[in-house]
Amino acid sequence: MVLPKIRNLEDLRKLKEEAKDLTSARSGGRKKIIVGMGTCGIAAGAREVMTAILSELDKRGIKDVAVETTGCIGMCQHEPLVDIIRPGEPRVTYGNVKPEDVSRIITEHLINGNIVWEKVIGRTD
Amino acid sequence: MLEDLSQYILDIAENSAKANARQVLIELIVDNSKNLVVLRVLDDGCGMDEDLLKKVEDPFTTTRKERRVGLGIPFLKQAALACEGFFKITSERGKGTIVEAGFRKDHVDCPPLGDIASTIATLIMGWPDCRWIFHYELDDSSFTLDLDDLLGYLEDRELLKSPKVVLWIKEYVQENISLLHGKEGGDGIA
Repeated sequence: MVLPKIRNLEDLRKLKEEAKDLTSARSGGRKKIIVGMGTCGIAAGAREVMTAILSELDKRGIKDVAVETTGCIGMCQHEPLVDIIRPGEPRVTYGNVKPEDVSRIITEHLINGNIVWEKVIGRTD
Repeated sequence: MLEDLSQYILDIAENSAKANARQVLIELIVDNSKNLVVLRVLDDGCGMDEDLLKKVEDPFTTTRKERRVGLGIPFLKQAALACEGFFKITSERGKGTIVEAGFRKDHVDCPPLGDIASTIATLIMGWPDCRWIFHYELDDSSFTLDLDDLLGYLEDRELLKSPKVVLWIKEYVQENISLLHGKEGGDGIA
């Protein structure tokens, strides 16, 4: 039996190099993803949506995006909520987001700029 | 009610972060000899005055303006008391808050551990400026993750905003929890 390699904190030094180009995107003008992480969001599965977002960004090597969380914004019945912000465009709020919706929202909207209308519950112009 | 301990931890620790904590210690202690699971979240956030502290276990108390109920703390209290456990919240304005919940481990309603690794990853991603410390004790074994130790290797807090780094931390926590459970013959509380 081959034992799986156990992660060691030393690995972080290597990872540091791989993740470094993130720094080029530090300044303003970044795209943003915001996930609602209040009690209502957590109960509805927001944490799993967050994990799916991180995996998708990592898989696609997308680095110019800030991922943030926010508390309850009063639309608990639509949780999990995910906001997508592209610089210079209206902020779009997606509702009842499931982990399997994440890939589409990221590729179609975040990257290509085409809103995934069937999941939209709000938009600020 | 939430599904498992990892979701309660996320919810309570989110309160700590929103209270501007610079450091949050999350302790999860499973003691089979005492048949007890204890969850503690200790922060150095803004704390609460006596007035708010008295009301905070009431679902119709919240500091939020978007709606008039706050369910996080009442949920945890109800979950703990439902399995013959205990619940305690201590706080001082300007000093911080300690939330403590105990569960009788063999009680049928004792929540499972859940996905602790995803909870830690979500907290770090959401609040990279906070020093997160997670301490998990299973009888005589323990695992501690201190974000400051990780920063010693990363040397740049900005890297905590990278999905790659946060996913690595998630796997690291998952592995260490599995190792701990393995040592105990697979009998964790998951």
